[in-house]
Amino acid sequence: MELARAYLDRIARHGAALNAFITVDPEKTLEQARRADERIARGEAQPLTGIPIAHKDLFCARGWKTTCGSRMLADWIAPYDAHVIESFDRAGAVLLGKANMDEFAMGSSNENSFFGPVKNPWDAAAVPGGSSGGSAAAVAARLAPAATGTDTGGSIRQPASFTGVTGLRPTYGRVSRYGMVAFASSLDQGGVLAASAHDCAMLLSVMAGFDARDSTCVDRPVDDYERGMRDGVRGMRLGIPKQYFTADLAADVAQPILGAIEQLKALGATVVEVDLPNQHLSVPVYYVIAPAEASSNLSRFDGVRYGHRAADYADLNEMYARTRAEGFGAEVKRRILIGTYVLSHGYYDAYYLQAQRLRRLIARDFSEAFKACDLIVGPAAPSVAYDLGSKATDPVQMYLDDLYTIPINLAGLPGMSIPCGFGAKGRPVGLQMVGNYWDEARMLAAAHAFQQATDWHTHTPPGFG
Amino acid sequence: MLSLEEVTRIARLARIDVPEAELPVLAGQLNGILGLVDQMRAVDTAGVEPMSHPQDLTQRLRDDEATDPDLRDEYQAGAPAVENGLFVVPKVIE
Repeated sequence: MELARAYLDRIARHGAALNAFITVDPEKTLEQARRADERIARGEAQPLTGIPIAHKDLFCARGWKTTCGSRMLADWIAPYDAHVIESFDRAGAVLLGKANMDEFAMGSSNENSFFGPVKNPWDAAAVPGGSSGGSAAAVAARLAPAATGTDTGGSIRQPASFTGVTGLRPTYGRVSRYGMVAFASSLDQGGVLAASAHDCAMLLSVMAGFDARDSTCVDRPVDDYERGMRDGVRGMRLGIPKQYFTADLAADVAQPILGAIEQLKALGATVVEVDLPNQHLSVPVYYVIAPAEASSNLSRFDGVRYGHRAADYADLNEMYARTRAEGFGAEVKRRILIGTYVLSHGYYDAYYLQAQRLRRLIARDFSEAFKACDLIVGPAAPSVAYDLGSKATDPVQMYLDDLYTIPINLAGLPGMSIPCGFGAKGRPVGLQMVGNYWDEARMLAAAHAFQQATDWHTHTPPGFG
Repeated sequence: MLSLEEVTRIARLARIDVPEAELPVLAGQLNGILGLVDQMRAVDTAGVEPMSHPQDLTQRLRDDEATDPDLRDEYQAGAPAVENGLFVVPKVIE
């Protein structure tokens, strides 16, 4: 209980300034902590018993408001637990609070939340990244030892990079999406943000595993991540895509990334250039597929069964149209409309099917590259965290920044971001590592080896020590 | 590029009310996104199968047995309007 209280106190002191949490319920949290203490007293402690975990607010947790950062679900209390919530509960962990996020996971800056933007603990003028911005900020500011997140186009890796924490997105199908409110069903995957690769390994062990309730989840044994993590990086071949280091990559990011690669070489890794010829198509392909799937997934929000309903309407259609106009923010609406268009009669082949074909080509590029290397490394983002409000006028500008993370989601590969230095204005830089399918243990091994030889991941933002 | 009429049509399909005054800005933003997306349309993908699942999994089936418990009241607790276990909506049939 002391642990839970300590974190709740920190949240009470710093939470408002960062706006990292949408819901905190000390009573419920302490009740869970009390039960955890009882288990410990009975000798039934597991590694995570009593450990407080923050959860991105799109994981349904029974009895907790689950808002997805949206007005549509602002007062909705989930009647059941997501697989991820159940898994942590079974492991004895304690639910610390529901983390702020871009609405329905759509965004890269956590400026799209109905509950207000999240601030980057390293610089209150900067975004923390998104859509798991609250999760990342909470871990960076040590308001939570770890947090769950989701990653559809980079939403764990990019905020981890922007806030100097370690984030991991597993292979598609590794973690059950049951109870994880859907944005783009073929791209979404639940993962974790924590202070180190070691912590991520422990947490992934809890989250991973077959669940029949998610029909896209893969029935495959879970690796021993903590054991595999100790394998080190000696002899590992690191692939550097020749498309990565272009003029679009800020110099203050390129420098720590190249430094990190040198560090990995010093630890025994070798480096080889690889080719991802369809890399430049990733962002356009994603912004067809993700909005298309979102338009389908979010059609359930119609004011009938849950959430917001407009107060004023003449008939059923007006009820739907006004409810959705009021309940969704601007970015969500844009994506639903794009998605509706690319799936509509006359456009489906030219847009959606074409994008799905290109998706296969993008995935093949990675499979080819993995014949020559074990891990692909590079930046997680083309710049450090930018200022709040600086990309507000043109959605496309923000989309283009996802160029390093999006291809991984299209291919369904696992990816991590680990802190590797600082760039302009003292804002963190993250090194992205991409593994082959199911190769989380190897990614964790490289990350862990790096973190044993360096201390970037131990830095905390000024004022939050 | 989308005209204002087309944006209105799409909004109707999506069941999202867009006030007329907001249409031009919205159309501009949507056209910007479609401009980004257009790059991918010209690429030759003859002979390539569409990919919808990263591991090309096909739908897993299970036995046709009822497995869900009856939690109707709990699930309906968060609904805007409920009566006798039914979700209440404006009259549809005249």
